[in-house]
Amino acid sequence: MEKIDQVTAAVLEKIDSQGFRQEGAYNLRYNGYSLCHGNTEHITIKRKEDKQGIDVYISGETKGEQVHIPVVVAVSGMTDEVYNDFYVEEGAQVTIIAGCGIHNSGCNDSRHDGIHTFHVGKNANVRYEEKHYGEGEGTGARILNPVTKIIMEENAVFTLDTAQIRGVDSTKRETEVTMGADAKLFVTERLLTHDKQSAVSNMDIYLNGTGSSAQIVSRSVARGESRQVFHPRAIGNALCHAHIQCDSIIMDEAKVCSIPEIDAQHVDAAIIHEAAIGRINNEQLIKLNTFGLSEEAAEAVIIENFLN
Amino acid sequence: MLEVKNLVFHPVDNGIEKSIIEDISFSVEDGEMLVITGPNGGGKSTLAKLLMGIETPDSGRIVMDGVDITDYSIAQRANAGMGFAFQQPPRFKGMTVKRLLSLAAGCELSEKKCCDYLSGVGLCAREYLNREVDSTLSGGEMKRLEIATVLAKKHKLCIFDEPEAGIDLWSFSMLVKQFEQLHKEKEESLILISHQERIIQMADRIMVVRDGKISALDQKDRVMPNLVNEDTGCSCMNPAHRS
Repeated sequence: MEKIDQVTAAVLEKIDSQGFRQEGAYNLRYNGYSLCHGNTEHITIKRKEDKQGIDVYISGETKGEQVHIPVVVAVSGMTDEVYNDFYVEEGAQVTIIAGCGIHNSGCNDSRHDGIHTFHVGKNANVRYEEKHYGEGEGTGARILNPVTKIIMEENAVFTLDTAQIRGVDSTKRETEVTMGADAKLFVTERLLTHDKQSAVSNMDIYLNGTGSSAQIVSRSVARGESRQVFHPRAIGNALCHAHIQCDSIIMDEAKVCSIPEIDAQHVDAAIIHEAAIGRINNEQLIKLNTFGLSEEAAEAVIIENFLN
Repeated sequence: MLEVKNLVFHPVDNGIEKSIIEDISFSVEDGEMLVITGPNGGGKSTLAKLLMGIETPDSGRIVMDGVDITDYSIAQRANAGMGFAFQQPPRFKGMTVKRLLSLAAGCELSEKKCCDYLSGVGLCAREYLNREVDSTLSGGEMKRLEIATVLAKKHKLCIFDEPEAGIDLWSFSMLVKQFEQLHKEKEESLILISHQERIIQMADRIMVVRDGKISALDQKDRVMPNLVNEDTGCSCMNPAHRS
């Protein structure tokens, strides 16, 4: 078993809510190389030959297994670009826990671009959790630019749960989903920005198959002088249902721009969007004050639950 | 014991000073139930908010158990033993019923405890514990949950602002039982703002607030006979509407 240093262990704790262990199917990418990895009977992880990254093969017999593929960047001045491809066979049921943590204690920028492609077979059910986090006392920026492509076959189910907890100076997130017949997509995006951070999230959902459905929930909190831009698009090319909901809490000097777009290219495409940006509700604060919570404590509780 | 002395509140709205509360004084004894009633817009809810510190009076003092709490914040009043149930409780996206009750209680509540509080207000606990306190709950469910949050902690004084509003008849009976129980235990002083005859009937004393002033304050038996002649803002209290 590989020895993991204290900084890395602390970052892993932040980005892997299930707890990272060197057991089952896993791959820990550390400062641009694979520190350790393991396979199981049903899940095989192979290093790519032509470029940085891994191919993960998940067989149809997989029922309820987890794959942990965290990334830790702990050096200043590093740019790490990695391509991970997932091949999920028909009928598989799997939870993939990814996430990236940057510990930058230097003065140069540290950057990780994770390009993930999921090929989800018929009737397969995938839950993908991804947490992004930055820390370190250095002046160098912590930058994360994830690209997620999901190709869903008939009746596949994909749950995408992404969260940027704090400490990421700049992020540009690109997500593209292509859905087959009766495929179901659930997206939950949670984002917290502070200080002078900036975050952009673009999401294109193509509902191509008859009976496909997508539910996209985006919740964010912008504090300090941070900036956020959301642009989720649902494109209905068949009989389908989609619901986009963007909710943001804006604080201090922050700026938030939310542009949900719905595009019906078929007469039976039913697509809805809701978007709201606003301060913390004063009535909520007062209610929590009546429980004996101070202003600061009440604010923290509201944010914590909103992003829960 | 709560003592309210010469409370005055003249908020400025669009540059015009309004008279909302005009020199109100009264007291609530330990274990007493005082029901405040009166016409809509008379200042009842504003008075309740002044007591809890949600609004700040222009003058007057509020004293609880001999301590002047007029300058206390809402949280300080809460920590001094005051509880408050809102007429229109706010919703919280992402917060579960269990979490809200735990925050209200000031400690992490067990499922069993949560169930006790929820069933006390007619909510089936199993269905609700992990539900979010958001727009998926109906107005009636929100009101019952609001009352449960106040019941989840021991207070010296609890203020309920129209607890019956938006609650169905069956739940209302349960609520009345809860208030009767609280009243019987005599451990908490209760101020209820209400138009409901069944709630008014439970009072030790009744205070009628009209045009920002107390128009009557006395034992229930003395105020009740006159109430039916007053326009309290509630159809059920008005004989003309009773048919």
